[in-house]
Amino acid sequence: MSIRTAHRIGFSFEYLMWIFTRISGLALFFLTLLGLIGAFVLGARTQLDMSALIRWTFFPNPNHVVNTSIADVALGWANAWWQVMQMLILFFGVSHGLNGLRVIFEDYIGTSWSRPMMRGFIFLFWLFILIVGVYVILAS
Amino acid sequence: MSRKRNTGITQGLKYRGGGPMLSWELHRIGGLAMVLFVGLHIIAGFFMQQLGSNWATVVNTVYESVYFQLIIIFLVLFHAFNGLRIIVLDFWPKLLQYQREVTWLQWLVFIPTFTISAAMIIFFELRGG
Repeated sequence: MSIRTAHRIGFSFEYLMWIFTRISGLALFFLTLLGLIGAFVLGARTQLDMSALIRWTFFPNPNHVVNTSIADVALGWANAWWQVMQMLILFFGVSHGLNGLRVIFEDYIGTSWSRPMMRGFIFLFWLFILIVGVYVILAS
Repeated sequence: MSRKRNTGITQGLKYRGGGPMLSWELHRIGGLAMVLFVGLHIIAGFFMQQLGSNWATVVNTVYESVYFQLIIIFLVLFHAFNGLRIIVLDFWPKLLQYQREVTWLQWLVFIPTFTISAAMIIFFELRGG
């Protein structure tokens, strides 16, 4: 049985990440809703099948709607607005998910050195994925 | 947090947590699956887009298969709706007395959303895509 530290009032990393998980989850929900509405404004009702619509909703990248009835994805589906939306969803989604991964690992890892090491790896992977993701978004 | 629980996986599987435990398990499994899926998809997308690599194209082609998409949609939608329920109950703890009803409402919204999406995707595939 490991020793539990007494609860301290105040803003700890754990508490802030707890809040961030909820906020980022809500943010993802509203961002994807915005993407869904935007798709219908651009003509998804007649141009997209269901799986293309869901692909777009989860992540509004023009590569997700290329094999559809859209005449030209560059007209409306591939502009800077969607790039900003993609970057927001990327940031909130990756951070939310990797924090969840950390929570799951911490259910099983808890010695004095392996937990900070695990957190360090996840932090480095988080940086890596954000950089690769932004590169892909800007090059799409 | 204790890590030595003096119990094994078989004992854990016998725990009769019922509906709430199922929600927790699906939420966690879905979350893990999404981390793996999204992480691999970002990396494969980068390699396919920037380096034209073959393994990346294979990975993304698997991702485009109908069965894969149906599983992912199920897990994502469940994780989202369950997450919304968790957020509501976390910020308004007085509603915890209605946990059973809120869970019922969650399934009531989830089942039509997923079934209609899945049906549309399957019928589209059956008609030739």
